[in-house]
Amino acid sequence: MRDVVIIGSGPAGWTAAIYAARAQLKPLVIASSVEAGGELMNTTEVENFPGFPEGVMGPDLMVKMQQQAERFGTEVLLDDVVAVELEGPVKRVVTGSGETFESRTVIIATGSAYRRLGLPDEDRLSGHGVSWCATCDGFFFRQKNIAVVGGGDSAMEEATFLTKFADKVTVIHRKDTLRASKIMQERAFSNDKIEFAWNKEVVGISGTEAVTGVTLRDTTDGSESHLDLDGLFIAIGNEPRVHLFHGQLELTEFGTIKVEGRSSKTSVPGVFAAGDVIDPTYRQAVTAAASGTVAALDAEHYLAALDQAQVSVTAAALQAAN
Amino acid sequence: MSAAKAVTDASFEADVLNSDKTILVDFWAEWCGPCRAVAPILDQIATEHADKIEIVKLNVDENPATAAKYQITSIPAMKVYQGGEVKKTVIGAKPKPALEHDLAEFLA
Repeated sequence: MRDVVIIGSGPAGWTAAIYAARAQLKPLVIASSVEAGGELMNTTEVENFPGFPEGVMGPDLMVKMQQQAERFGTEVLLDDVVAVELEGPVKRVVTGSGETFESRTVIIATGSAYRRLGLPDEDRLSGHGVSWCATCDGFFFRQKNIAVVGGGDSAMEEATFLTKFADKVTVIHRKDTLRASKIMQERAFSNDKIEFAWNKEVVGISGTEAVTGVTLRDTTDGSESHLDLDGLFIAIGNEPRVHLFHGQLELTEFGTIKVEGRSSKTSVPGVFAAGDVIDPTYRQAVTAAASGTVAALDAEHYLAALDQAQVSVTAAALQAAN
Repeated sequence: MSAAKAVTDASFEADVLNSDKTILVDFWAEWCGPCRAVAPILDQIATEHADKIEIVKLNVDENPATAAKYQITSIPAMKVYQGGEVKKTVIGAKPKPALEHDLAEFLA
């Protein structure tokens, strides 16, 4: 039986592993088979992680976090969790290859997944002009006319990055102001290749073999218009990844895992959660990392209390026997 | 990176289109994180099903003509060729069980 199994390998998962490993709890990180490292693996330069005044590439930062966790004895498994049993003193975690791990505590750091527009042609044209990853797919849109949907930091970063390749990038946003940080907004506003389609939402994607355009609806007067495009990048936020925990853990109205106050304690004793999966608001690499620390410390205290209870029971039994 | 044989714009016809085997081409690039993640899984599938399918890789940076011909706009893109024709396209890095499911008809 293990002491700590951590599900997820973004900043929350690796930071929880660093703390748990330094507490000599020999954590196992189940890191995912193809998404190890989490969301930052698909970013370019991270400029707001403290300690990197020149910035750091997202994938490099995640490799460093993993190395730091491994340095103190973290075990890493590149596999996906497909089922969990969280009730009771022994938690079970099942992976895609069919292995079951038993553990006294589980730290959930499964993060979030890209949100979809929810349009009928979105899946069909995914990989044929519809994309969620500018760093992966931007290369294929040299001298093309593309659009980014969204108004947050990710949307501005993608739009700015895509101007390296595309001739024109239109940012489509439902409102007339951006949620993105000031510095990201200014970069986008000052870029000649970026145009803005304000107060517009995408209600249809057209194209048979590949994307040829989108239908936009004006959010103020409801009028519809068409925009010719070669590609559509979707950056409208994320949904917490909680499908494994439905019916086992309490969730919040935002769909995140419910935790007690500023702790990482979920509705089930011995199960802790950290990072984007509990955070509908801040969702930063550094807040996720901090949250991973909280989870590791909570797990450590929980295990210490269990061991203490065990010692008391044994002592009482010995006393009774005497 | 993956152990798969590299094919190029120049060798694509001989290695893939004119091959009498079932060939999966993994369209990838150095800067693509999900491509790096899926490469070892493709290696495993290639080893376990060596009698059924050959897996090769094509670097889209170095071989733009083939990438453009097959309208690649997202990588990793995995295309299965039989008799010079594309029989199946899988886009995006997926866990091994999901890839095996997508490729089931070629692995059985």
